[in-house]
Amino acid sequence: MFKRIKATETPRVSFSFEGQPIEASTGDTVASALMLSGQTHFRNTPISQSERGPFCMMGVCFECLVEIDGIPNRQACMIPVREGMVVRRQKGAIGVETE
Amino acid sequence: MSYDTIVVGGGLVGAAIARGLCKLGEKVLVLDEGDVAFRASRGNFGLVWVQSKGDGMPEYARWSRHSADVWPEFSQDLLEETGIDTAYHKAGGAHLCLSEEAWERQSALIKRMHNVHGAAEYGAVMIERKELDTMLPGLGPDVVGASWSPHDGHASPLYLLRALHDSIARSGGEYRAEARVEGIAKEGSGYRVTTRAGSFSGAKVVLAAGLGNRSLGPLVGLEVPVFPQKGQILVTERTEMKFSMPTLFVRQTDEGSFLLGDSHEDAGFDLTSRPGIMADIATRAIRSFPFLKNLRLIRSWAALRVMSPDGFPIYQQSESHPGVFSVNCHSGVTLAGAHARTLAPMIARGRLEEPMSAFSRKRLHVQAH
Ligand SMILES: Cc1cc2nc3c(=O)[nH]c(=O)nc-3n(C[C@H](O)[C@H](O)[C@H](O)COP(=O)(O)OP(=O)(O)OC[C@H]3O[C@@H](n4cnc5c(N)ncnc54)[C@H](O)[C@@H]3O)c2cc1C
Ligand code: FES
Repeated sequence: MFKRIKATETPRVSFSFEGQPIEASTGDTVASALMLSGQTHFRNTPISQSERGPFCMMGVCFECLVEIDGIPNRQACMIPVREGMVVRRQKGAIGVETE
Repeated sequence: MSYDTIVVGGGLVGAAIARGLCKLGEKVLVLDEGDVAFRASRGNFGLVWVQSKGDGMPEYARWSRHSADVWPEFSQDLLEETGIDTAYHKAGGAHLCLSEEAWERQSALIKRMHNVHGAAEYGAVMIERKELDTMLPGLGPDVVGASWSPHDGHASPLYLLRALHDSIARSGGEYRAEARVEGIAKEGSGYRVTTRAGSFSGAKVVLAAGLGNRSLGPLVGLEVPVFPQKGQILVTERTEMKFSMPTLFVRQTDEGSFLLGDSHEDAGFDLTSRPGIMADIATRAIRSFPFLKNLRLIRSWAALRVMSPDGFPIYQQSESHPGVFSVNCHSGVTLAGAHARTLAPMIARGRLEEPMSAFSRKRLHVQAH
């Protein structure tokens, strides 16, 4: 669905999304790398569980939330990819330990 | 084209009154400035709060309580009419005490309020830590206890505002944005209101422009001594539902975010979020509920309360311009029910009946001397 306007010369990095390996270029955000690889379902909303993906790509809409290296609710459009990152869908509201 | 009432200001106060007037069959026009105005209704904390209201003015204590009493039906009516849920929950509300002194102060307040209302009527109680642990999860070691009232609750102020506007439109009321009022003149037995978007005629005029009332009042012989008091709010990411009731400084919304708030600053017309106050708000919230420290903040903002010199509402009708009213309060969410259901009918009848005289601006002169 999405294509790079121009091939980049920057070094390749690889990370995983839901256990699948994804190839990206250094400097890509997690959101752009995922969308370039055909992924658009980033999260399920806390209330209706509906499927969502990036909308604004500039940090204001919070539609692109994913879990990165175990930390939930990260904005994929604001975070550059790093080698070996483990990215998962944000599945609804997070749990909290109150004890 | 002439209206029964022109309401100046489309925030929670103006919209609640306009909705009430529409329901009585009046032909209503709401004139609103725009996003450049200071708009407390879009930046508040969303409590429907009674327990601490009216210390020093029993009429205000009873008026707030009256509003909390009508809120369930008010909210249900809005839902049935518009399909918009205000997310109102009358779950009771807790004011946490973070030290023995705070507990003593709060106990004294609750006792004074009992004397105002009569204990049976008032209903707020002091709750010790052990019992509080069964009501709210994850309390920090500094929490001594809380005052708690069954009449308190919370709602989404934005859904409330939307529901009110939707109801106004459905009942034939008109709304104009970008219509800052710049002049009000007598015209026959009514008034001609001039705005940037044209001028309009109405038999009655209600000034509900929040902080804007200060400069509008003198146009119609009213003094409206309101001033801005800044409050900042922090919002966390959404989590599973943990809270079954709101507290004064921390509440969880229906969507699962925690709102942290209750700062008070005299900073003039300044809307910047400032780190010092944000840190204070976060620190107090974390002392109350240490688990909050693991959550990410996703938003923060500042908004201006519409304060009167003694903190109580100001409702008045002009003597030189009969049929022109001004309405201001600093708890427009709490009082939305009373404004729509009780104050609006008085305005429709053209008289602020008892106990409204207590809220006249004249009381302030008495206290000033
Ligand atoms: C941080 C904070 C927390 C709060 N928490 C709570 C709470 O928990 N519970 C509660 O009950 N209350 C709370 N409040 C108070 C509540 O938000 C206000 O009482 C309420 O919003 C006031 O509504 P209003 O319609 O009078 O004012 P506003 O919302 O300011 O609306 C005034 C309107 O008038 C318009 N206007 C101004 N000048 C003109 C003009 N010349 N011509 C035409 N239109 C004009 C503006 O565009 C605006 O829309 C809080 C307030 C703040 C700031
Ligand atoms: S896409 Fe809008 S915040 Fe990331």
